[in-house]
Amino acid sequence: MGSQIRPIEYKIRLVRYVRYIKLVAPVKLSGSVLTEILESSSSSVKKKPEFLQRFENRLHFLDMDWQGQKLAEQLMQILLLIAAVVSFVVGYTTASFRMMMLIYAGGVVLTTLITIPNWPCFNRHHLKWLDPSEAEKHPKPQVVVVSSKKKSSSKK
Amino acid sequence: MHTFGYRANALLTFAVTALAFICAIASFSDKFSNQNPSAEIQILNINRFKKQSHGNDEVSLTLDISADLQSLFTWNTKQLFVFVAAEYETPKNSLNQVSLWDAIIPDKEHAKFRIQVSNKYRFIDQGQNLRGKDFNLTLHWHVMPKTGKMFADKIVMPGYSLPDAYR
Repeated sequence: MGSQIRPIEYKIRLVRYVRYIKLVAPVKLSGSVLTEILESSSSSVKKKPEFLQRFENRLHFLDMDWQGQKLAEQLMQILLLIAAVVSFVVGYTTASFRMMMLIYAGGVVLTTLITIPNWPCFNRHHLKWLDPSEAEKHPKPQVVVVSSKKKSSSKK
Repeated sequence: MHTFGYRANALLTFAVTALAFICAIASFSDKFSNQNPSAEIQILNINRFKKQSHGNDEVSLTLDISADLQSLFTWNTKQLFVFVAAEYETPKNSLNQVSLWDAIIPDKEHAKFRIQVSNKYRFIDQGQNLRGKDFNLTLHWHVMPKTGKMFADKIVMPGYSLPDAYR
């Protein structure tokens, strides 16, 4: 971290961060905990309180893996298109605007239920990271800096 | 589409766009409806025809308005706004339009009607030009849709005239 921020700025950012966490984390932050955070911030500028580190990844249970994301996006678009077409056709043939709106709203709710929560079918292809011991056997190639002033402009 | 926030945002945007699309198509489908409205107006009586104290002419009429506007209602129609206007020409203005009566028709059942009513709004001229004047009574309507563009049209009925002298 190259840039240094003033203690008052860090304090402001910290309070905002805590407020954001309070919004997304369904846990009550008691008053004493909050004062502990604010007091510790005045003593050391750069240290992030450990208390906050626990709540940072609170919502990651809602993430999908890559194949699941693609599937979810395609499903969402197709389902909404079908809902739009079906609602228009039914509304036009029954000459009822109300019916069109109701069917479309039902289609949107159905799509929400299918696409947004993290169902297990979206998590079948779990991403496998390389084992650290395996990664050490194949070191990253070193970047060789070629100093050639004539070609440098075309390479960029 | 990583977090549920992204997915929710994408879904909401796409849903609203598709909704706008089906509303546009619903409005466009109004062009394919068969429309043949008809109307007839009779002047039953001229109640008053005098000159006001500040010099303008004023007429009070009783009208018998009968109309069949049922074919103007489609599935995308919210209501129909109807008004009757008297149109005539004077030396000062090439077209004068005075609105005499209006109504809102909320649904198809009420669109075929016959009423006898005196003019809702006062028929006052700018000047004293109304003696012996020939005028048209025009029935205008505005079709207000549930979504989309509002259309307006009219039926012109010529051949009405006012008496030559004040009553």
